[in-house]
Amino acid sequence: MKHHLILRVIAKLTIPGILLFGLYVQFHGDYGPGGGFQAGVIFGAGFILYGLVFGLQNLRRVAPASVTTTFIALGVLIFAGVGIASQLLGGNYLDYDVLAADPHAGQHLGILVVELGVGITVAAVMITIFMTFAGRER
Amino acid sequence: MEVHGHFNYWIVVVLMMIGFYALIARGNLIKKIVGLNIFQASVFLLFISFGKVSGGSAPIIAEGIQAYSNPLPHVLILTAIVVGVATTALGLALVVRINEAYGTIEENEIAQMDSET
Amino acid sequence: MILAIDIALLVMLAVVGIAIIRLRNLFAVVMLSGIYSLLMASTFVLLDAVDVAFTEAAVGAGISTVLLLGVLTLTKSREKIPVTTPLLPLVTVVVTGALLIYGTWDLPAFGDPNAPAHRHVAPEYLAEATHETGAPNVVTAVLASYRGYDTLGEVTVIFTAGIGVLLLLSGSGVLRRREPEENDDKPGGAA
Repeated sequence: MKHHLILRVIAKLTIPGILLFGLYVQFHGDYGPGGGFQAGVIFGAGFILYGLVFGLQNLRRVAPASVTTTFIALGVLIFAGVGIASQLLGGNYLDYDVLAADPHAGQHLGILVVELGVGITVAAVMITIFMTFAGRER
Repeated sequence: MEVHGHFNYWIVVVLMMIGFYALIARGNLIKKIVGLNIFQASVFLLFISFGKVSGGSAPIIAEGIQAYSNPLPHVLILTAIVVGVATTALGLALVVRINEAYGTIEENEIAQMDSET
Repeated sequence: MILAIDIALLVMLAVVGIAIIRLRNLFAVVMLSGIYSLLMASTFVLLDAVDVAFTEAAVGAGISTVLLLGVLTLTKSREKIPVTTPLLPLVTVVVTGALLIYGTWDLPAFGDPNAPAHRHVAPEYLAEATHETGAPNVVTAVLASYRGYDTLGEVTVIFTAGIGVLLLLSGSGVLRRREPEENDDKPGGAA
């Protein structure tokens, strides 16, 4: 897409906004509409837009396949790890009450970390799926 | 309740059948996957219709709001949508591999090639 | 007013669905399926499911469309005219649809606050979620806390699907192994 000047300029302007919005949706999910699933998809969409406009090679440079593949597993591990942590602290699996001094803060922390895990996995899977499809030779 | 009492459900059934038809009557694999997506979205709509409460509001607790819609179907469908796109991607990956192996994505041509060898 | 918008959106959904079946140009089909998702997301907003609408708009109209377009560049973008008659599938679909619509008579009316679905755990979630978890958004509270196991399972499914796509598409092991055989066969067959 070397010749599409308008697309390139608009993409450059919008991608930071998309990524910032993704982060907002991720960490504001407790209070408004949003959460890990939506944030992951939006964050991934930002990278996919970059790949569509500036080419797959540039996307690979920003998000190398090794990093995205690691992040796919990392998100699930964070989620499952919160469960293990709550077990080690004396609660049931995925019982966030014990994670902090009082149950209220524990729940808040637990939800935040778990949503982060969801977001990481979803975003990494979306980017990986796009890269594998787009990188396939005809 | 009047006609509107079940209108949402009827549209859900119509959409479901459109997806089902695309799935069983069409031989093109991509069309089948789009049909599967339509079918899937109709089930989403069914669940969300179940969750609606007349006069209710979105289930985000705020002062001054009396009734909320049921949050449970929202949770179930929210995760189902993202899982749906992941499995769709898996299906599309299979289509790409089939196209590479057979050179076609039409079901009858694939079956023909299989019976020839 | 809301009723009118609801009916208009649902009718448009059905029309777009029928158009998807009738069109043979797969590029048009993919674009229409994006429109279908966007209409679906609007309907979800109307039905108070803002979180779901959010996801559907991002996933259905965004990622799915990009993926389908990506696949179309790898395959053919025109559907061939089917050789079989569509009569049997049509009969199957009409009969199944009629049975399902007959079944909807037993469902509680749309929006009925006394429907069984609203009298089980949902009131408890709505009453307890905010002071138990500190999250005003009940959907997030139920998703991450009350139904944490469920969500863990869903994330694992996404993980597995991602790994599956990687396995199917990132290497081309099977094809490379098969290709030399075919190349060996072809000159022999030609000669």
